[in-house]
Amino acid sequence: MTDFLSSLGYAQWIIPVLLLVPVAGILPILLAPAAQAKRIALVVSTVVFVVSLGLWWAFDATSGNFQFAATLPWMPFWGIYYRVGIDGISLFMVLLSTAMMPLAVLGSWHYITKAERGYYALLLAMTSGMVGVFVALDLFLFYFFWELILIPMYFIIGVWGGPNRLYATIKFFLYTMFGSLLMLVAILLMVWQTAHTTGIVSFDYAFLLEHAGELGSAAPWYFAAFALAFAIKVPMVPFHTWLPDAHTEAPTAGSVLLAAVLLKMGTYGFLRFAVPLFPDVAMSPPVTALFISLAVIGIIHGALVAMVQPDVKRLVAYSSVSHMGFAMLGIWAATVQSVQGALMVMIGHGLATGALFFLVGMLYERRHSRMFADFGGLARVIPLFSLMLTITALASIGLPGLSGFVGEFLVLLGSFENHPWATGIATTGVVFAAAYMLWAVQRIIYNPLVQPENKALAGHDLNLREVLVVLPLIFGMIWLGLYPKPVLRRMEAAATRFVEFSIPRAVTVQTADGSETEGAK
Amino acid sequence: MLLTLAGPAAQALEAVPRWLVLHPHWVWLTVALPLAGFLINGKLAIAASGPVPLLPPKLAQRITEMVRRYQHGIVTVVGTGVLLAAFVVSLMLFLGFQFLDTQSAYVLRLWSWIPVGRFQVDMALQVDQLSLVMLLVVTGVGSLIHLFSVGYMREDPGYARYFAYLNLFIAFMLVLVLGSSFLVMFIGWEGVGLCSYLLIGFWFEDKANSDAGKKAFLVNRIGDVGFMIAMFMIWTTVGSLDFSTVLRELPAAVPVGGALITAITMFLFLGATGKSAQIPLYVWLPDAMAGPTPVSALIHAATMVTAGVYLVARTGVLFAMAPISSTIVAGVGVVTALFAASMALRQYDIKKVLAYSTISQLGYMFLGVGTGAFAAGIFHLITHAFFKALLFLGAGSVIHAMHHAYHEVHSSEDAQDMRNMGGLRKAMPWTTVLMWIAALAIAGMPLSGFFSKDEILAYAFGRGHDNPVFYLYYVLGIVTALMTAFYMARLMAMTFHGKSRTGADAEPYLHEAPWIMTGPLVVLGILTVFGGMINLPTWAGGHHWLQSWLLPITATAEMYLRPELPHGTTEYVLIGLALTAALVGLVAGYRLTVGQTIVPARDAPEERGFWKVLYHKYYVDELYDAVIVRPLILFSQRFLWKGVDTRVVDGVFVNGSAGISRFLGQIGSRFQTGQLGFYVLLFVLGALWILRAMVGGG
Repeated sequence: MTDFLSSLGYAQWIIPVLLLVPVAGILPILLAPAAQAKRIALVVSTVVFVVSLGLWWAFDATSGNFQFAATLPWMPFWGIYYRVGIDGISLFMVLLSTAMMPLAVLGSWHYITKAERGYYALLLAMTSGMVGVFVALDLFLFYFFWELILIPMYFIIGVWGGPNRLYATIKFFLYTMFGSLLMLVAILLMVWQTAHTTGIVSFDYAFLLEHAGELGSAAPWYFAAFALAFAIKVPMVPFHTWLPDAHTEAPTAGSVLLAAVLLKMGTYGFLRFAVPLFPDVAMSPPVTALFISLAVIGIIHGALVAMVQPDVKRLVAYSSVSHMGFAMLGIWAATVQSVQGALMVMIGHGLATGALFFLVGMLYERRHSRMFADFGGLARVIPLFSLMLTITALASIGLPGLSGFVGEFLVLLGSFENHPWATGIATTGVVFAAAYMLWAVQRIIYNPLVQPENKALAGHDLNLREVLVVLPLIFGMIWLGLYPKPVLRRMEAAATRFVEFSIPRAVTVQTADGSETEGAK
Repeated sequence: MLLTLAGPAAQALEAVPRWLVLHPHWVWLTVALPLAGFLINGKLAIAASGPVPLLPPKLAQRITEMVRRYQHGIVTVVGTGVLLAAFVVSLMLFLGFQFLDTQSAYVLRLWSWIPVGRFQVDMALQVDQLSLVMLLVVTGVGSLIHLFSVGYMREDPGYARYFAYLNLFIAFMLVLVLGSSFLVMFIGWEGVGLCSYLLIGFWFEDKANSDAGKKAFLVNRIGDVGFMIAMFMIWTTVGSLDFSTVLRELPAAVPVGGALITAITMFLFLGATGKSAQIPLYVWLPDAMAGPTPVSALIHAATMVTAGVYLVARTGVLFAMAPISSTIVAGVGVVTALFAASMALRQYDIKKVLAYSTISQLGYMFLGVGTGAFAAGIFHLITHAFFKALLFLGAGSVIHAMHHAYHEVHSSEDAQDMRNMGGLRKAMPWTTVLMWIAALAIAGMPLSGFFSKDEILAYAFGRGHDNPVFYLYYVLGIVTALMTAFYMARLMAMTFHGKSRTGADAEPYLHEAPWIMTGPLVVLGILTVFGGMINLPTWAGGHHWLQSWLLPITATAEMYLRPELPHGTTEYVLIGLALTAALVGLVAGYRLTVGQTIVPARDAPEERGFWKVLYHKYYVDELYDAVIVRPLILFSQRFLWKGVDTRVVDGVFVNGSAGISRFLGQIGSRFQTGQLGFYVLLFVLGALWILRAMVGGG
């Protein structure tokens, strides 16, 4: 397979194809009749996914460097280039993005009835944006894609969302805008300052990485700006309250993409930028303590608040806060095990939470409700749905043998040595996870079947299209739970590199008053 | 797979035909068989409940029809067949193990599961003396209970689903006992918890049942947190989770009796208290009786709940190195034994009595392994599997009969309440005799249970020489034995003897269960009578076979902790005491119950005084509910959600204060008129200016 791909020159064209084909697909959607929009979107996103699968084989697992890399001038005068590449961290984020998209289209099939062309065009635009965020190696390019995603998501929630969508969109927009604008400011200033000291204006990630040690006393401010943008996206407590509203109001595919991909942009940002660029700040004891505390608080807080939600979607949203806390803990513990664990949590959460939102959406299409109080006893009438919900819920709460466990366990295992107390508290999160999820499952599919609307569901179990949406995700959960080795192997080199980077560097830093001091080793 | 004969065992085993033995690397079959059963039965369960969506409708309909017609037969054959096959394979593996020239553990590495840097865990199964014994018990008793279920569940609409879950349970249970590392064992550990959850809530349309399932899973997960933290500590210390490496290297890496080894063992034991229903995490087991009775026999008596005992025995050397921990294990065990036995004294639900009895007997096992008598603990685990499975299946026959009788007369009386029984021996002679055998065994008459329990108590007495608190443990153990005999005699008397309280109309419909149910009972009865022979003590003419068989497992632990059995006069005095306690309990329990007038459940008066406390199980559930569950939910709802998230974060920071609200409102309105870009620009410039000022010129 590898030889076949290299004979096609796969490494040269794959990233441009992944960035351009989805956008190119927008044109036929806008030209064709509205009824055809979803079909075109399905074809385009499926093609993109199938093509992206080649990355799996073409990727060299032994290398921790960026692969499929390319550089083209964009605004060379400003030092802005099209610089892209994929390493073991971004590889799975790209694959997760391309894999979720055909499912998102298929999952929207009957749900979206108004302005279909616009909807599917936005989904395709988002595909490009998501891939772009994960492959960009130029900070300006990264920011460009980062913001690019915000717009389709804003419209998807704002136009096709639920009754309270205006409040949710404004909240979503303000929160994320607030963070990302500060990040833009930090990027600009950082480039400006580096240009000042080196004489070269460049947004190149590698270049900035090399000279990030010379930022001196400004580094903590830059870090703070980056960290705020990413922490809002993750979201970390206390910046998480936009998520339940956005999730609840978004249409099914919006919730799925939000959970499966968009939140990962936050953790990815920490892994790629905030920590490697400013390791002296990020890994200093007070900052580490702060982030580990927030991660653990997020795990517990998210789980406990999830437990008392009356709305299924809000429960899943809060469970995301809890799960992403595990990812943050893994990143800040910064051992090979914990970082790979964090990546596995990101993938596992993408699969399980994506599937959960799909299933909730399928239920909503049948019952036009998301309230626990309206369900009960559904296992009797729609057993296939119930089976899939159960498997997904179990993967979500980290049952060994399913995807959630591998990541959670690796994070905790890798964090324990240096942060035993925080890890100990985080481990209790598995009890609360079981509490909210099993209670949720019970209130949906178990208990007496009393309400006539629920009894009427008999014979309306999942249809073929719906099975095709959820089954691939379930397959992924089982595969990653039982045989995660191929995935772990591909991310190991990049994770090791991250761990090396996150050790504060021995550099001579210029302090504000101009005297030279020896940085932390 | 045939083997070449080697070693000194060769001559003794030459008589065994070679086609009867299997090399240990076939052990994967024992897991694969029930797993296949699960997949087939699971598919049938789904197929039977609706159309198959992945096939063309016409074909799907024909398949559905065919499945409906033959489903019952297929499920029966597959569900029980895989188990019997797994049992046969286990027997052949057991024989094959004798042929190996070394008797050390054989590890079958299937695939590399989670490899991350220094952390390497393989999906691997371990065949050794301990796992073979467990393998035989699980598949053997499991087969009998599967057979019994064919009769018991015959008319249930969820027949296929039931066998799918049951098969899956066996697969996970075998992963638990065969796993060659803590982490693979943990797959089984949580997997059996899942199956337990699914089977307790099998009749999920009754909310109480699915509540009970959920409770079991949650309480188990509390224990699992302990298991996980112990794994983190072990890995941090020795860099491995494989049993062979850990049990070899950890003793060398940490000081005996030190804080670390004590912490590791205490966290492991926390895991054990969850799975094996010990104080403080026993509360899920009585509720678990909501599941079908064969499930109670298999999961909540014979196999799963003994996993904690198995864990302690498996990691025996660690507990032997931590005297504080092992003393606590034994203490918690014996106190749980006593506490649970006292609650069993005043229960009326026949399954509840047996549930508390199980908790109590598990306590004995922990007393055994905590004392350092690992073989004795495992011995009791095995005999308990026999007699408790027999008791539960017997109770199942009784409930089956009661249920049918009440069903015939359209009565809604409780088929499990012993106050509604009485005199059943006339209708159910087989069940009566077989259950009496089991009752005598558990009560401490010289059948299988007597030998194992006596051994545990004798070892506890022996360790009292070094640590006097074990004398107290011994006394508590004897008192528990007395209570055990009492509540068992009470159960038997209330159920099978005295006058019938079933009701005159329902009584004629009472009948013995069909042979598919009584058959397994007979086999278990034979095992209950003769099961003690696997570890018969010297004074009874045996030579402790099980103990010497398990020696390769327990030998390292004995380097640190080796309790002695009392000899001579002391030994006989102890035996005499145990027998006296059993006899007194049995006679008192029977006489007092038969002599009493028992009122059927419907008209029964309210319990009074201390009986009421016992009947309500010391109000521990209520206590947990009031102190932990309710406050936690209130805290999450009122404080974390409505307070922190809604009032503080959203209220103060996002849109609470009037000014920000107005600002938000304005942005909202501009937003719709397309003026947002202006605000964003202002925002960028402002932020740029502020940050610039902060940085102070870089």
